[in-house]
Amino acid sequence: MRISLMTTCLVDVMAPDVAASTVRLLERLGHEVVFDRRQTCCGQMHTNTGYYTEAAPVVRQFVDTFEPALDEVDAIVMPSGSCAGCVRDQHALVARHEGDSELEERAGRVAAKTYELSELLVDVLKVTDVGAYFPHTVTYHPTCHSMRVLKVGPRPLKLLRAVEGIEVVNLPESDTCCGFGGTFSVKNDATSDAMVTDKAANVVRTGADFVVAGDASCLMNIGGKLHRTGAAPRPVHLAQILASTREEPFVPSETILGRAS
Amino acid sequence: MSATVNLGMPAVRPQHASPSSTLRGTRGFPDAAREELTDEVLRGNLRHATTTIQAKRAGVVREVRDWQKLRNAGSALKWQVTDHLPELLEQLEESVTAAGGTVHWARDAEEAGEIVTSLAIERGAREILKVKSMATQEIALNETLEHAGIRAIETDLAELIVQLAGDTPSHILVPAIHRNRAQIREIFLASMPDLDPSITDDPAELAGAARRYLREKFLDSPGSVAVSGANFAVADTGTLVVVESEGNGRMCLTLPRTLISVVGIEKVVPSFQDLEVFLQLLPRSSTGERMNPYTTLFTGVREGDGPQEFHLVLLDNGRSAVLEDPDGRSALHCIRCSACLNVCPVYARAGGHAYGSTYPGPIGAILSPQMTGVQDAEDPSATLPYASSLCGACYDVCPVKIDIPAILVHLRAKDVDRRRGTRGEFHGAWDVSMKGASRLMSSPRAYDIAVRSAGTLAKVMPGKNIGTLPHALPIVPGWTDHRDLPKPGPSFRSWWDQHEKQRAAGSASGAGAAPATGGDEQQEDQA
Amino acid sequence: MSTRPAARPVRTPGLSAKEEIMARLRAALDVPRRDAVTEAADVPRDYQRADDRQEVSTDPAKVRDVLAQRIADYRATVHRTTPSQLPAAIAEALDGAGSVIVPPGVPEGWTAQVAATVQVDDGTPGPRELDVIDAVLTGCHTAIAVTGTLVLRSDDLSGRRALTLVPDRHVVVVQADQVVLGVPKGIERMGEDPASPWTLISGPSATSDIELERVEGVHGPRQLHVVLVDPEPEPEPDSPAPDGTSASAPTSQETYR
Repeated sequence: MRISLMTTCLVDVMAPDVAASTVRLLERLGHEVVFDRRQTCCGQMHTNTGYYTEAAPVVRQFVDTFEPALDEVDAIVMPSGSCAGCVRDQHALVARHEGDSELEERAGRVAAKTYELSELLVDVLKVTDVGAYFPHTVTYHPTCHSMRVLKVGPRPLKLLRAVEGIEVVNLPESDTCCGFGGTFSVKNDATSDAMVTDKAANVVRTGADFVVAGDASCLMNIGGKLHRTGAAPRPVHLAQILASTREEPFVPSETILGRAS
Repeated sequence: MSATVNLGMPAVRPQHASPSSTLRGTRGFPDAAREELTDEVLRGNLRHATTTIQAKRAGVVREVRDWQKLRNAGSALKWQVTDHLPELLEQLEESVTAAGGTVHWARDAEEAGEIVTSLAIERGAREILKVKSMATQEIALNETLEHAGIRAIETDLAELIVQLAGDTPSHILVPAIHRNRAQIREIFLASMPDLDPSITDDPAELAGAARRYLREKFLDSPGSVAVSGANFAVADTGTLVVVESEGNGRMCLTLPRTLISVVGIEKVVPSFQDLEVFLQLLPRSSTGERMNPYTTLFTGVREGDGPQEFHLVLLDNGRSAVLEDPDGRSALHCIRCSACLNVCPVYARAGGHAYGSTYPGPIGAILSPQMTGVQDAEDPSATLPYASSLCGACYDVCPVKIDIPAILVHLRAKDVDRRRGTRGEFHGAWDVSMKGASRLMSSPRAYDIAVRSAGTLAKVMPGKNIGTLPHALPIVPGWTDHRDLPKPGPSFRSWWDQHEKQRAAGSASGAGAAPATGGDEQQEDQA
Repeated sequence: MSTRPAARPVRTPGLSAKEEIMARLRAALDVPRRDAVTEAADVPRDYQRADDRQEVSTDPAKVRDVLAQRIADYRATVHRTTPSQLPAAIAEALDGAGSVIVPPGVPEGWTAQVAATVQVDDGTPGPRELDVIDAVLTGCHTAIAVTGTLVLRSDDLSGRRALTLVPDRHVVVVQADQVVLGVPKGIERMGEDPASPWTLISGPSATSDIELERVEGVHGPRQLHVVLVDPEPEPEPDSPAPDGTSASAPTSQETYR
């Protein structure tokens, strides 16, 4: 299949290996990945903070990038539950706020072909064993928007359990938010800190080497707290585990979510 | 928007709650929460209470095979109510009047307070008994009565604890959730003169003390006036429904001569039969029981049984303003079960007081600011829609499917739009940053350059991640005060440039030869 | 910043409170919502209603077992009996009580074996008088099995409301034909006389206000005894006794057959 990669702005700048891993994984599975350099951001930060008017040109840019090429690709993939959720649920909202029914309609067409990574693998590419190798203990944090907006359900865990060498341990209170929430983490920093403190403590309690999730943003939050407190577990994105093989195993770098190979 | 109604009448607009209502905090949520978060006892109590009740709720909800269908019915019924509110209220008034009750209408907190106060004074009451009620809490009825020399006695155990401590409730269902048993024992010892000091902090003993304290009041029914709220007011029969656990509600609804129920206009339900939906949804969502111990249904007055005089006070106090926003009005559908509080990770940590309103938690964050309106950027109510990480747990548990996260975002947008439209208000750090980011993210060329140079710019900073940053910077310290931040290295798109070249050069696998990203590059830089 | 304008709310001269609220609501509803207006007929009623197959066709003995189990879950005391043994069961439930009050419609036979002084309510005793009576014995109108709920109507069998509220022990007799499975059937039965005062009782008075720890017995009767009358067992020798049937009602995703 021909798959268009929307990295998300945060991954492009702050966690590039997540996108690179997505490319490695999909190419290893025999698919063609395309990346349109005109892409910027899905507009979630603006939308969720209430800046619909400011989100509108970002959404328009998103639609202008992906909509004209829709016929040339089989799917658009985003390695993020919350950004894929924004595309699916919120672009129409922003378009309506602007009274732009054409944008709403075009955004709907893009949304219909947009998938979060685990959805793409399980639902579209029909694969759960991607031939990955990751000989470590991991604990899975289901991010809120992947769980409650996209309803990815057990897909990420199915993918993880098929990885060779991996041990998946349960995360206590796994379905409680990590406290990221986009601008919430800064606007309500004290409350957010209390939340991520509890999340990090639960991760540590599992004794896992890694905490895995499908959203780099939440991982940056949890990983940032683990790093600040000197705790051992490291954050790793689902794509990074699934891209890891015996030949080319994932080795984390000192940088949060970075790769050292 | 069209404004005029009723030919020949002055233009009447929906009105926000009166300022005397206990709906607006004295400071914004972030600051209030910051302080509450330092209270370790509160954190422990909240954690224990919310996790306990969450687990109970989940257990009894799982039993019900048609739960989602009941939620759908509950949601539709509530939409039916908001869509037909004027007609249903007319019908309710007729039914209650026909059953021997008297209906009063209160535009705001003051008017409701005046109605209840004069009814009590006319009956010579110096004391009145009260059943826990959010509506009377919202209009600060106890304080209004006190000004008139009438003492309101709260009869719900938690409300009694709160009242005796001179405190305010912090949870819709369990108002004293912020107090643990040891604290409650102290409160009782300080305020119940006849209490034996050897009493332990065993909840059964403490509940026994409350029973003895209040029983004398019930049996004598001082002033013989009771004030209650109601969970549901049935339009077609005029029946009021009060759901409770302890029996204090039954005492107040049965023994006094006069009963006054203060009920928000949104509490009306169309038909008696609709109770088959709500009496399944509410108890399981609320206390996590299959059914709460006691539910009383009464219709007007019944000779020889219960109060011989019944007054229903229908309260607006800002509800019409909530109704005015089609995207926010479903906040009025709330049946006050408090399930959203118990699952909310923000509520569980910051506690109810941080919201500064009678209605805390996720539902409060959408209800309170709509009831009060937002006056300016400094308005504490303006901070409430931001008091959520938008995790969505509240929507999942809501028995009437109020899409709280969507309304939170909608109210944020309203707040931003209000500031954008107000001269001189749209230039805060967030406004400037968001406008700038919007410009950058809608121009692909500028964005491409910015992304590619982020790593280069970050090179001046030491280390492989970013630690605490000075507070002189805008916005970012909110992050770096608490957690480290990965330091940007070469962007993905620069990796992709290499990857494409290799692919074009026909290299066997792009992956194998990919250039290093992140930490490695920075390690080289440091060497 | 805490000093917000304390202006009194807007009231329009010449309008009554009701007129003004109605005008506000109509003005508010002038702003249409995206979805169509919901009418009564639009409410989806595909949940299990009073005429649901389960409600109609579940074995009544099974329904009574569920009721008994659910009431016991609330830590009320359940006495299973049959019509012929009813007076004895009532006497057992009232054991230790020195004085008992009953509503006027309670059959005389119910108290035949009761040792205590039995007073028939004539509507005059006030709360103080009721407080010194040890127990109240009543019937009920309906019992809802799934929720373990006793439904009392204000009538000669269940008594006026004060009667079942003040005495510290409440003994309720539930006849087999009063037991329904679900809440919708119970509401349907109540709907035949909606104007009556109704009291739904599910276990004894309780509170969870202190650290969410359930404490039974606050203001209502602290002891609740339910005397559940099963039909007389069939005379055939190999049929199981009614109290020998398994009362293990399923707890998750309930089915009753």
